[in-house]
Amino acid sequence: MSKIKLTTVAFKGTAEQEAQLRQVLDEINSSEHPSVMTALQRAQAIYGYLPIEVQTIIAEEMGVSLEEVFGVATFYSQFTLNPQGSYAFGVCLGTACYVKGSGDVVAKLEECLGLKDGETSSDGKYSIASTRCVGCCGLAPVMTVNNEVYGKLTVKDIPDIVAKYQAM
Amino acid sequence: MYRTHILVCGGTGCHSNNSGKIREAFEEQIKQRNLQDDVLVVGTGCFGLCAVGPIIIIYPEGAFYSGIKVEDVPEIIEEHIVKGRLVEKFLYHEKALGNKPVKALSDTNFYKKQTRVALRNCGVINPEIIDEYIARDGYQALIKCLTELDPQQVIDIVKASGLRGRGGAGFPTGVKWQFAKNQNNDTKYVCCNADEGDPGAFMDRSVLEGDPHAVLEAMTIAGYAIGSHQGYIYVRAEYPIAVERLKIAIAQSREYGLLGDNILGTGFAFDIELKLGSGAFVCGEETALMTSIEGHRGEPRPRPPFPAVKGLFAKPTILNNVETYANITQIILNGAEWFASMGTEKSKGTKVFALGGKIVNTGLVEIPMGTTLREIVEDIGGGIPNGKKFKAAQTGGPSGGCIPAEHLDIPIDYDNLISIGSMMGSGGMIVMDEDNCMVDIAKFFLEFTVDESCGKCTPCRIGNRRLLEYLDKITSGKATMQDLDDMEQLCYYIKSNSLCGLGQTAPNPVLSTLRYFRDEYEAHIKDHRCPAHVCKRLIQFKITDKCIGCSACSRKCPVNAISGEIKKKFDIDQAKCVKCGQCIATCKFGAIIKE
Repeated sequence: MSKIKLTTVAFKGTAEQEAQLRQVLDEINSSEHPSVMTALQRAQAIYGYLPIEVQTIIAEEMGVSLEEVFGVATFYSQFTLNPQGSYAFGVCLGTACYVKGSGDVVAKLEECLGLKDGETSSDGKYSIASTRCVGCCGLAPVMTVNNEVYGKLTVKDIPDIVAKYQAM
Repeated sequence: MYRTHILVCGGTGCHSNNSGKIREAFEEQIKQRNLQDDVLVVGTGCFGLCAVGPIIIIYPEGAFYSGIKVEDVPEIIEEHIVKGRLVEKFLYHEKALGNKPVKALSDTNFYKKQTRVALRNCGVINPEIIDEYIARDGYQALIKCLTELDPQQVIDIVKASGLRGRGGAGFPTGVKWQFAKNQNNDTKYVCCNADEGDPGAFMDRSVLEGDPHAVLEAMTIAGYAIGSHQGYIYVRAEYPIAVERLKIAIAQSREYGLLGDNILGTGFAFDIELKLGSGAFVCGEETALMTSIEGHRGEPRPRPPFPAVKGLFAKPTILNNVETYANITQIILNGAEWFASMGTEKSKGTKVFALGGKIVNTGLVEIPMGTTLREIVEDIGGGIPNGKKFKAAQTGGPSGGCIPAEHLDIPIDYDNLISIGSMMGSGGMIVMDEDNCMVDIAKFFLEFTVDESCGKCTPCRIGNRRLLEYLDKITSGKATMQDLDDMEQLCYYIKSNSLCGLGQTAPNPVLSTLRYFRDEYEAHIKDHRCPAHVCKRLIQFKITDKCIGCSACSRKCPVNAISGEIKKKFDIDQAKCVKCGQCIATCKFGAIIKE
């Protein structure tokens, strides 16, 4: 499953976020079938990622071991243990995109941003993550930057797109 | 009454291409011109022909405009809505008809050979308004079941229709329901598998986005048939539009009394809850999906006990895929005979395919079972772009196989696909041309399954990794013929010893490419050559005599591997070359080739 990379960025959660998390956990604990996965989904919506500090709170509040929480957090590809860049680049590596050259798109993007797939830049501005099929195969190959979608890409388009975000 | 309806596709392909803004632009223009009482703008689900999106259709004319941009909106309003003239330049131009404009979507070759059952409402209704679904006979099937049929009669109809699971394995749906009905238990569950993890497949997403009530209605019918009061839809978190529309649909159904404690005053209680996945391919496997709904790592469980006996929260559970449910209401309303009249002897009805890859008309197609692959690729799909040759079609995703040109005329159904080494799968169909290397494709799927293997059983966790290492050796030209034999043996070992469907089918892409494209494997091994020029470690870039010595490539090369004298032929230093292909893209004279 997803390769485990622990963050080196210090945890900067606020008291407000923690209060929000505890409220969510109360809600989940009082449901008929409390689910660790749901807790992690809600927690990631609050913090943007799942640092070990947050997982610890979930484990304590839900009365399960930290191993169990960590096991679920590292099983699913949507969960991230690292903070994502302000501009998160995602390249679709679904089959339709792959046969149309999305592998080359990732390589070019890595070159332009000076990052490897799965990494976040040290200033926290950019990150690259190859993704599974995003479901708009008609636009293959497809890349997303936050909520913006770029379709029918060629390797030549990448430098301009990257420059646009670097100028922001 | 509106005189004109403007339908704007809100499926994911068009949505990603700004169809939301196009819809707003239409609404704004209509307001400006004070036409809001005459013209209605409707956001719909997927029309299917994603390749030429964003798509709009204007009724009553049925004019099908493709490739629309926000700035085209004023012209369409002025010409079509105000002056009543078709805007020919925005109409879809069909290549097969000599690039002539085609007025209606139903006149295109893409549509003519399709039969829409599961997709009948996609691109027709506004999926966010329950009344539009009801106006298309929505919830009639549920009413019929609750008031005219007893649960066994419902199951008998589904059985008689011959409907088989559309998620891939093709298990008879009615039989599955019967198993669950026969269990004596107060608590049973109805689940919907909307975790469409097969890369390159978007059938279920389009049904959920375009016709969510069809799934809710069918699940309620299933609940009535097996004696369940709670349903769960397990949907991929990567599908935000589908999740949003499902939430709206569930809220509207509750409001109308079509979900809840006393459905339609009959006393039958049923409700549906959404459960979001978090991205794990293995969760498409039924027992893994249930473990995931329970909130754990989505690891499969050994069967038996089967879910119909002991499934979600250890209670009897049925799980069907989105497309399977989308057929149910039509079977109840039109009868089992009607459904069974379509398709082949053992595969009834229609099947939705997500057509993608090297094909002109990328998109969503629904065809009667028994249609040939050739009809799908050449007639509906419009053939291969750029004059290239068809090499293979991949069905069944990472569990399936590649179908070569020699089987283009085979009628598509569950059993035929298995017999030629592929499988129906959920319906992804990726077309490949001569530029695709089949060993590379097998490796691509293996990388996927290795990454997605949950790690619970050894044959899948370690076996597939070893398999991937063989493929890596082959694509780097270091393998021997003995490796090829060993690799094939390992494939059969993994298939027969893995715990769940993921591992049992993971070697299929390797086995099917070995079966039909063994010569390509041998070329990699014996000649250290990749015939399709894809495997980077086996190709060389060379400068031919066409070179005029302009030095453009040499200036572009990121590793300074190209050198030469101006106005003389340049040379590539193979030791430095990283095969990035930038020189080929730069050369204006076609003087650089891959070998």
